[in-house]
Amino acid sequence: MTTHAHESHTGRIWKVFGILSLITIIEVFFGIWKPSFLMSPWLSPFEGGFFAAIGNFILGIFIFIKPLNFFFIALTVVKAYYIVWFFMHMSEETKGLRRAVVWSSVFLIIYLTTLMLIEGSYIGDAISPYVKWDY
Amino acid sequence: MKATSALDSSVDSWNGGGKEPLKASYGKMMMWFFILSDALTFSGFLTAYGLMRFKFSDTWPIADQVFNHFPFLHGDHPMYFVALMTFVLIFSSVTMVLAVDAGHRQDKKKVTSYMFLTIIGGILFLGSQAWEWKNFIGGNMGAIQMNDGKIIQFVNADGKQIALTSFAKTGPIARVKHEKGNGIWFSSGEDLPEVSLSQVLDGFKANNSLSVRIEKLDPATGDKTILGRAQAERFLVESKRVVYGANLKVNEYGNTQFGDFFFFITGFHGFHVLSGIIINIIIFVNVLLGTYEKRKSYEMVEKVALYWHFVDLVWVFVFTFFYLI
Repeated sequence: MTTHAHESHTGRIWKVFGILSLITIIEVFFGIWKPSFLMSPWLSPFEGGFFAAIGNFILGIFIFIKPLNFFFIALTVVKAYYIVWFFMHMSEETKGLRRAVVWSSVFLIIYLTTLMLIEGSYIGDAISPYVKWDY
Repeated sequence: MKATSALDSSVDSWNGGGKEPLKASYGKMMMWFFILSDALTFSGFLTAYGLMRFKFSDTWPIADQVFNHFPFLHGDHPMYFVALMTFVLIFSSVTMVLAVDAGHRQDKKKVTSYMFLTIIGGILFLGSQAWEWKNFIGGNMGAIQMNDGKIIQFVNADGKQIALTSFAKTGPIARVKHEKGNGIWFSSGEDLPEVSLSQVLDGFKANNSLSVRIEKLDPATGDKTILGRAQAERFLVESKRVVYGANLKVNEYGNTQFGDFFFFITGFHGFHVLSGIIINIIIFVNVLLGTYEKRKSYEMVEKVALYWHFVDLVWVFVFTFFYLI
């Protein structure tokens, strides 16, 4: 409860609003511009044995997705950080609550997404040869 | 074992919110854990969308060619409207956090005005989303569906998509719309399209500069493949019907799953915005009545603010995955 006096955070709120707006403008700008050097992956997958597989896994974000999409996802995570930390005041909660909420969601979502996207691209590779594009 | 220990006001119970584990009150902590579960629900939906996108990665519709409307402007304006919607929602988040900030200082007047602005922002966002849905459902160009379900769009000599009505032969359509009144059973048929399939095909044959765009992406350009004239005519032999706009079974933009996920995820998010507005209005009325002033704590405003910011947070991800990527 608010028994102790709170100082006003108005300045910080407007600063965060500025950052969020700037990021959104950058996203829209790149979304319209779509520079060609960001539209195809920078590396091609490593071929070969075990170490190639490890390399593909570690450098996967440069091999399997467009750099532009990685850039958008990174900016989105930055936006999410600012919203959760400064608008939802997560920075003022205790470490225990913060980790209970943030770690649970982040790790579960990464786990789920990784499996589903691997599965999705496998299904895509498996069915696409059977789709007819010649009439 | 004492079965009623939860009712007992001993040190072990939460005691009506008096005890604060992790220095968070009962209501706030439960709001955080509700948000955690809701975040996992949304990530489940978005991940399912990702699965379908990776599955159909060689045919998925390009967002810029679908969401290209802006109020009072004609032509092709991708991104701007959804960017505007994002700004509206971020700004309503700002007014919400300003209301929370004013609540910490027991400033009833400012809490009132900032919450009012937040509600207005929420309604504006919901209205924009309704307009977006209207355009998506109505469609603008029209397309043809083939016997095996693939969607064919029409392009002019410059490779720009054109509306079916711009080249189809005109004249009365022989088919009549099946209405409830004139059938044996009380069910009505689909709305008849503005042009019939044969009119579109006749118009296409008459105009040699036209060609068709198929769903398949060209790996070299990352754009939809535009067929040569001869191949286009072979594709059109297989055409089944004219498609306008979008519903859950078919849409003129391409893959059916694309429309389904758009309706489901933006609809679920819109439902969250709607419930956020309603909760905001309830708290706003309580602020006006002075409930929290008497209580000497505006913590309820903080709790509803948490939910409202979460709605904004989800939109940030929906914006990225539906419109940018």
